[in-house]
Amino acid sequence: MPHPLERRIIFKHIDEPGYTNDLACYVRNGGYEILKKSVARKPEELMDEVKKSGLRGRGGAGFSCGLKWSLVDRKSGKPIYLVVNADESEPGTFKDRYIIHQDPHQLIEGIMITCFANRVKQAYIYIRGEFPHGARILEKAVAEARAANFVGPNICGTDYSCEIYIHRGAGAYICGEETGLIESIEGKRPYPRIKPPFFPAVLGLYQCPTIVNNVETLCHVLHIADIGGDAYGKIGTPNNTGTRIIGVSGHIQKPGYYEFECGKVTFGRLLNEICGGPLPGHTFKAVIPGGSSAKVLRFGERFKVKQKDGSFVDWGIDDIPLDFDSLAACGTMGGSGGVIVMDDRVNVVEALGNLNAFYAHESCGQCTPCREGSLWMKKITHRMVHGDARSNDGELLKSVADQIAGRTICAFGEACSWPTQSFVQKFPDDFKAYPEAKKAAGGKALPLV
Amino acid sequence: MAFTLKSETLARIDEVITHYPVKRSASLPLLHLVQEEQGYISDEAIEWIATKLDLQPINVYELVTFYPMFRRHPIGRRHVKVCRTLSCALNGGYKVCEQFEKEFNTHRGEISPDGEVTIEFVECLASCGSGPVVMIDDELHERVDAAKTSELAARIRAEAKKPASS
Ligand SMILES: Cc1cc2nc3c(=O)[nH]c(=O)nc-3n(C[C@H](O)[C@H](O)[C@H](O)COP(=O)(O)O)c2cc1C
Ligand code: SF4
Ligand code: FES
Repeated sequence: MPHPLERRIIFKHIDEPGYTNDLACYVRNGGYEILKKSVARKPEELMDEVKKSGLRGRGGAGFSCGLKWSLVDRKSGKPIYLVVNADESEPGTFKDRYIIHQDPHQLIEGIMITCFANRVKQAYIYIRGEFPHGARILEKAVAEARAANFVGPNICGTDYSCEIYIHRGAGAYICGEETGLIESIEGKRPYPRIKPPFFPAVLGLYQCPTIVNNVETLCHVLHIADIGGDAYGKIGTPNNTGTRIIGVSGHIQKPGYYEFECGKVTFGRLLNEICGGPLPGHTFKAVIPGGSSAKVLRFGERFKVKQKDGSFVDWGIDDIPLDFDSLAACGTMGGSGGVIVMDDRVNVVEALGNLNAFYAHESCGQCTPCREGSLWMKKITHRMVHGDARSNDGELLKSVADQIAGRTICAFGEACSWPTQSFVQKFPDDFKAYPEAKKAAGGKALPLV
Repeated sequence: MAFTLKSETLARIDEVITHYPVKRSASLPLLHLVQEEQGYISDEAIEWIATKLDLQPINVYELVTFYPMFRRHPIGRRHVKVCRTLSCALNGGYKVCEQFEKEFNTHRGEISPDGEVTIEFVECLASCGSGPVVMIDDELHERVDAAKTSELAARIRAEAKKPASS
């Protein structure tokens, strides 16, 4: 049962008893009616609705969806592609999985409306390789939709045609980065492309204009087409419109997924009320608010945040509203909506060591600062945990991280340095005292590295 | 021995190539299809795929060596992938992996002595809220603790005794 503070739009039918992922069930629940209405409208009108809605991308960066669509080169005469980012690989993030497995037609209807609005004739869904069932479910759903004339030639009896194909990844996180993803569909190593000039909106898949959107984003498009951009824009808060799925994991009573109006629920209510607070006998120590790349927050820290009227407010973690802008104002990000909670049992050096191992494994290796830096950060935290730890290792780690961000082809450079920079900055004493803390734990700590 | 694939696989390969305006795009789908049938990607498979897609073998080889899901060698009958990343680790992922290693008397990345399993750590499987999670072949198992690990290991052993279904 959803919590009373939730507002489920995208996850309306997730875990609903009797709701199945086939076309018949979807149509029984009103499915594809919005597509039918949409293809009777002008594509420009639909683009306008999305612009008015204020929808921001749910894949990580929170970029305006309407603006992204408006940047697409429509004069080149080349075909325009839609690439659906279903790579869902940012640690702590688990939302697209449930849409794909339990409500795939919602995604397909959102894709078709997006394609119609942008005059796209071919869409690819890039799904991570570790979702084999998800890929089969999507393939079956697309086939059903095709048989019912919602995908393929002459959609809903109009002269508009558009095809969807499913493309499986093969276990590399960097395929989630939009230009890496495009290279991967082209059958190459997923080496991210340099921007400029390779902005997907102009030079994307096969050097054609391409829109890359996240699964959840495209589901929101469906609901915008349904209720209109103005009405959608009233959900949530200004500049942070609509609902957002938040996944909570780690040390907490009720981990799981929740959907809220953006900015209407604070971190305090989320963690303490909705998720039931810390596990018995423990207190919260740190939280990563938007997928593993987001900068960590320390319980007890205060944030001085400037309001729109110029005044300042003094927030603790509990006071931060769950939206893009508030988290950015607190020096971190809403990212992909994955909240990872750590309690007082966790040694932050070890938690960082776990993340550093992830980034070292996933760097594509094109840029020296990222390839070498992510590896050295891993080596240092690994040595601290399994070998000698020195009291100045925190500074050493920071010096490596500081040389990555801003010096790389893609945002993975930032993604891999932010954990180290923020952990060291927020918990300097834990890094200094790690040699003693390790001795005191006597090898009894929960292994994280 | 000449490189052969089942006729169903060949049909799926020919179909999937039609999904793309450029043949090279079918490299990943072909690698998946070949690995699903043969268990790993051999030198012959690389050559065959390259020829099929009008590529050089290096174009296929560089994919096999980059993408973690493709392998150059056979593995155990069952593939046990334990999530290593933070949310799962906070709830005991490392212990689950260790216990699996003990159950099958093996080490990560190796084929167990009975040939039954290959156990591996993998990165976040996007099911962090119900961790620790383990994927056995295509099947995801959630909230895996010590008891559930023993149960899964016992199930793998029981299934090994039955004759293969296909
Ligand atoms: C290293 C890296 C990994 C990413 N992984 C994902 C991912 O798994 N899923 C996703 O939707 N976006 C991911 N992104 C963001 C995409 O590049 C892109 O911004 C997003 O798909 C755009 O969709 P949206 O505007 O609808 O959010 C990643 C970005 C980076 C830099
Ligand atoms: S920043 Fe890292 S992941 Fe991105 S292109 Fe450079 S080496 Fe590859
Ligand atoms: S951390 Fe294990 S599934 Fe995400």
